[in-house]
Amino acid sequence: MRSHQIRALIGCMAIVLAAACTKGEAPKPAGQEGTAQAPSTPRKDIKIAVVTHGQASDTFWSVVKNGVENAAKDNGVTVTYNSPQTFDMVAMSRLIDAEVAKKPDGLVVSIPDANALSNAIKSAVAAGIPVISINSGSDVYKQLGVLLHVGQTEYEAGFGGGEKMAGAGVKNALCVNHEVGNASLDLRCKGFLDAVTKAGGTGKVLAVNAADPTDSQQKVTAALGDGIDGIMTLGPLGSKAALAALKQGGTVGKVKLGTFDLTPDVLAGIRDGELEFAIDQQQYLQGYLPIVVLSQYKQFGVLPAGGILPTGPGFVTKDNAARVIELSKQGIR
Amino acid sequence: MRRILNRPELGAACGVVAIWAFFALYAGGSGFLSRAGSATYLEIASELGILAAAVSLLMIAGEFDLSVGSMIAASGMTISLLCERLGWSIWAAIAVAMVLSLGVGFANGLVVVRTRLPSFIVTLGSLFILSGCTIGMTRLVTGRTQVGGLHEALHYGSAEALFASRIGGFSVSVLWWVGITVLATWVLLRTRFGNWIFGAGGAPDAARNLGVPVPKVKIALFMLTSLCACLIATFQAVKFTGSDVLRGTGKELEAILAAVLGGTLLTGGHGSVVGAAFGALLFGMVQQGIVFAGVDSDWYKVFLGAMLIVAVLVNTYVRGRMAEARR
Repeated sequence: MRSHQIRALIGCMAIVLAAACTKGEAPKPAGQEGTAQAPSTPRKDIKIAVVTHGQASDTFWSVVKNGVENAAKDNGVTVTYNSPQTFDMVAMSRLIDAEVAKKPDGLVVSIPDANALSNAIKSAVAAGIPVISINSGSDVYKQLGVLLHVGQTEYEAGFGGGEKMAGAGVKNALCVNHEVGNASLDLRCKGFLDAVTKAGGTGKVLAVNAADPTDSQQKVTAALGDGIDGIMTLGPLGSKAALAALKQGGTVGKVKLGTFDLTPDVLAGIRDGELEFAIDQQQYLQGYLPIVVLSQYKQFGVLPAGGILPTGPGFVTKDNAARVIELSKQGIR
Repeated sequence: MRRILNRPELGAACGVVAIWAFFALYAGGSGFLSRAGSATYLEIASELGILAAAVSLLMIAGEFDLSVGSMIAASGMTISLLCERLGWSIWAAIAVAMVLSLGVGFANGLVVVRTRLPSFIVTLGSLFILSGCTIGMTRLVTGRTQVGGLHEALHYGSAEALFASRIGGFSVSVLWWVGITVLATWVLLRTRFGNWIFGAGGAPDAARNLGVPVPKVKIALFMLTSLCACLIATFQAVKFTGSDVLRGTGKELEAILAAVLGGTLLTGGHGSVVGAAFGALLFGMVQQGIVFAGVDSDWYKVFLGAMLIVAVLVNTYVRGRMAEARR
């Protein structure tokens, strides 16, 4: 009787495994398409591998993955998407190794740690696989032999925010940095202030402690006394504190508030007119565009020139807030 | 025949053949069988296998070590920091990390032996403590959570040759794995210390009455698992020219998983290092095989969990059959 139970259990396992596998059934290569450089490969035979550091629980990365999957559908190509179970660069580099051994027609990677991933990426390049980096790695992609980087560069994103702020009539701006020492946040502030200064205004950086919302709020309140008419925050933590400070001073809407990154709170704030705008890097495109580019590259050998394909800054303002809220429910924003 | 059936590693060995055949059929066309493909899963298996060899010895002696996961991060970070911040020779840094790991292992063992608390709890505590210390120290010293640039350290070339070179496309860690597995098997099956290990886990009171220094055996094994974690950290730090504070997360459970797949009992007293090696191989094959099969990595843990349960069921079944046959 016991062995009977065991057999039944093993049977169940087999079914589960088989169910998990059928997902991979479709891409089975029809034959040995030995001539990779045929004038144009049928699209359904194009295989593209994506390896990112985004974890399953991260809403940001599930949007990227939706982009990848939609692009695969729209272009009729076959895509595999992999990421390590935890933020584990060793595991990630081995996922890249495995994908490289499969000899895909293109590889898409994010590069959060160039030290740990450079060998795996270089070996992909050495194997003749076209590689595109996304999201992180704009500073190293060229050295590694990566064709193109698709993402947002921090300075330019900050600069875009500054232009938007100046366009709204801000003359005396504040950049609230909630994580001093984070180089990419420094770049955002620098870009922001450069744009404001270029437009004839002035501005400064205010460092706050993100871990302490009260401290952050009071620091912003204190800084507002200086005749500040626009505040740029670099993330949800900063924007929460800044908004609280504005409410405390009764200057919501008078002092323009812009922020990085979309959260439900931020989106609702924009819809209700408490925030002027939010900047995001439209990570959906970081999943979508590389698939399109690599498919075209494989088929026709065409490639956008210019090195970095910026997906951001994308702006959310009162005009499109409702639509963005809808899209974020669908996993597109 | 009966002797073969009674080996604890039998289930895992069959599993290795079955899983290999499965992926060879299903994903052979996409590179699983190629040299590069084999190299990727052997590399994973080798690192986990080294850890699992030590962990299985400890489990046979009736104890767990969950702290190895963060020991990997701590050791790797020690090496990277000493080299990057203080300009030490990489060999000196590795030596310090090894001494440190032996110290942690000794402390784990001592607390377990002295307090008689379950090692599961004690080492769960040290898992968190070590992990927190690593993050805290690294942020304090560098303000970051990744430290790179190890390839510029003094004597990096010789360390690379020993820990990170490739032989015919295969990682040198595979050789280390085979060597350590052979050595540990010899110790377990052919030496007095090996007998003590079985005794300490299987029948501690009887062993103590026979004069086996059970506490010392356990402390030594805790030090061994820590040292092996440090060795893995060295491989990874040298290969990836740096460390981050989360490296090794989850390795403690993977090592236990490999040991259990290999027929080592959770209750101690029974097990095999060769089995743990097969378990690690199984693990590496599944981890990479899924990528080759083109299955979405979201499903990876389904495979792992199903495999674990099936392997343990097969082991239990085989052992049950044996007990009947013996009667």
